[in-house]
Amino acid sequence: MSEAVLSVQDLRTQFKTRTGMLNAVDGVSFEVGRGRILGLVGESGSGKSVTGYSILGLIEPPGLIAGGEVLLNGRDITRLKGDELRRVRGAQIAMVFQDPMMTLNPVLKIGTQMIAAVRAHDRVSRRTAWERARDALAKVGIPSPEERLDAYPHQLSGGMRQRVAIAIALLHRPAVIIADEPTTALDVSIQGQILAEVRRLADETGTAFVWVTHDLAVVSSLADDICVMYAGRIVETGAAADVIASPRHPYTAGLLASVPAEHEPGERLPQVPGSTPSLSDLPPGCAFAPRCFKAGPACTTTPPIQKFEDGRTALCHYPIESNSCQPLSSTSTTYRSAS
Amino acid sequence: MSAALLDVDHVSKRFVKQKSLGERIASVLGAGRKSEIVRAVSDVSLSVHKGEVIGLVGESGCGKSTLGRIIAGIYTPSDGNVLFDQKPVAKQQGRRTSKLTTRIQMVHQDPFASLNPRMRIGDTVAEGPVTHRIVKAREADGYVADLLARVGLDPSYRRRFPHQFSGGQRQRIAIARALAMKPDLLVLDEPVASLDVSIQAQVLNLFMDLRRDLDLTAIFISHDLGVVRHVSDRVAIMYLGRIVELSPTADLYAAPNHPYTKALFESVPRIGVGRRNFHPIAGEIPSPLNPPNGCHFHPRCPFAGPRCRAEAPPLTAIGSGRFSACHLNTGGTA
Repeated sequence: MSEAVLSVQDLRTQFKTRTGMLNAVDGVSFEVGRGRILGLVGESGSGKSVTGYSILGLIEPPGLIAGGEVLLNGRDITRLKGDELRRVRGAQIAMVFQDPMMTLNPVLKIGTQMIAAVRAHDRVSRRTAWERARDALAKVGIPSPEERLDAYPHQLSGGMRQRVAIAIALLHRPAVIIADEPTTALDVSIQGQILAEVRRLADETGTAFVWVTHDLAVVSSLADDICVMYAGRIVETGAAADVIASPRHPYTAGLLASVPAEHEPGERLPQVPGSTPSLSDLPPGCAFAPRCFKAGPACTTTPPIQKFEDGRTALCHYPIESNSCQPLSSTSTTYRSAS
Repeated sequence: MSAALLDVDHVSKRFVKQKSLGERIASVLGAGRKSEIVRAVSDVSLSVHKGEVIGLVGESGCGKSTLGRIIAGIYTPSDGNVLFDQKPVAKQQGRRTSKLTTRIQMVHQDPFASLNPRMRIGDTVAEGPVTHRIVKAREADGYVADLLARVGLDPSYRRRFPHQFSGGQRQRIAIARALAMKPDLLVLDEPVASLDVSIQAQVLNLFMDLRRDLDLTAIFISHDLGVVRHVSDRVAIMYLGRIVELSPTADLYAAPNHPYTKALFESVPRIGVGRRNFHPIAGEIPSPLNPPNGCHFHPRCPFAGPRCRAEAPPLTAIGSGRFSACHLNTGGTA
């Protein structure tokens, strides 16, 4: 990836608690190129959302960014404060939250909010700002955008509100949009519409997306690249199709194998034993070792980052060999529509 | 097949929005607005046989949870009847109602909300069977220990409180509580929707084990097509209060008939298909306050014709055990 617009290097975010410091994000590094979509995948407590918040500097006490860099077009934005940070946020990097009502003010019309968002960074007339807001709504596939600008958030459906939130994030053509579980609360038919729009927007505008989600199927059909997180660390990276087809890290393999749609109906699902560990009580070395079918004596020490062909990596002492793993896609053709 | 264990017979459920005081005064004075009625479930019929698992699938507002609650006896239907073992669930009064409804147990979606945080989980599981004299109070402890072991929890955990458990463990406790009543029918409302993928697999495996060991009959409500395919014998697809397609699972997934079912399958992101072009369903789910005339799906349906706008298609047989509510199947023009 030659022209990374966003480069996260050894990011560490900690939370101060009564029992000591928790490493919610523990040395995370990744890069996203122009117009690319990176899927940041993990289960609850893996640190995927905190990573997204840390990139935008949205961590508040008792949390703090303890180390690392977030390079946006080569400039570290973790050190920015006050006005400097405000000029970057919303203009060069923006965020879409799971709940669009975190973005939208319930007592202001959509138009009022979007015009304010335009004029926060650009000195333009209200008329020009209104036109840009209208164009942004049209771009995310909202029908009759003029009327929507005159509506209050509660007058729109959940899917429409999420489109508005994405339109606001797109207003200043940012280099990067961080999206935190943006379709998790939506119905599948609406989710399908939004994923289609996002893919088109990334291709057309060149905006890069970091798509934070727990849903492997969404990432599989949307993202170019994948980072899988577990207990605050990235355990596997690679091109989305490669990671899905032949996961290297036992955790990724376990996650993929436990998706019911990949199995014959009624068949016993391969399950990852145990549950996600508490960050305050992580085992030494590899945090996944107690649940891992490949765990061996070395796993009590910190695993190395193993590099493979095509730029793939896995944080593991005993990664899965490429030929020993069956491609999961072979069994999955049955439930696509026959039409 | 023998007589059905559960017969849902032309059941509808309407919710009327309560008017505020001002609106009531206005209506007395003759200036009131018409009351708002949500038709959550309209004219649904469904039979469930012993030992069968039926999947109820649909998007939000389709009435799947309302139907589940009607079956469990939590809501009474506005029209129609739910017959359990040939006896109506709702019409029975007093003690007989409780007798009947204890045979139908429900597992709710959110295991953080469905367990009393102030009760030890052993007491939560024992409360129902002791109250209804399924076990004697002094034998309850052993009974609970057996149940916890059965759902894969250490029996010594029964003195603990819900906050000491993870989401997956809590859902196991909720399942143990439902099983404690020795139910003939389980209604599971999105039992794995709030769980992580790896934990979801554990709970689904548990459900399939229990089903095999106890010969369970169950209604499995979910929005997740993959999960429903995995656990159900038959699947009912719902859209805006109506069943649009009902079919044995394998047939449905091999060849969906109703345009909505097809579109739904097309919309679901899939693992391993790679980056692809999406073909999402156009349009929004209409509000159940004001559903479209005729076939509820017609505004979003690529095949809709004048008949679809005027007349609601009935659920008709299209093959062995298969039903679909679409004018395209009944010949003539849509």
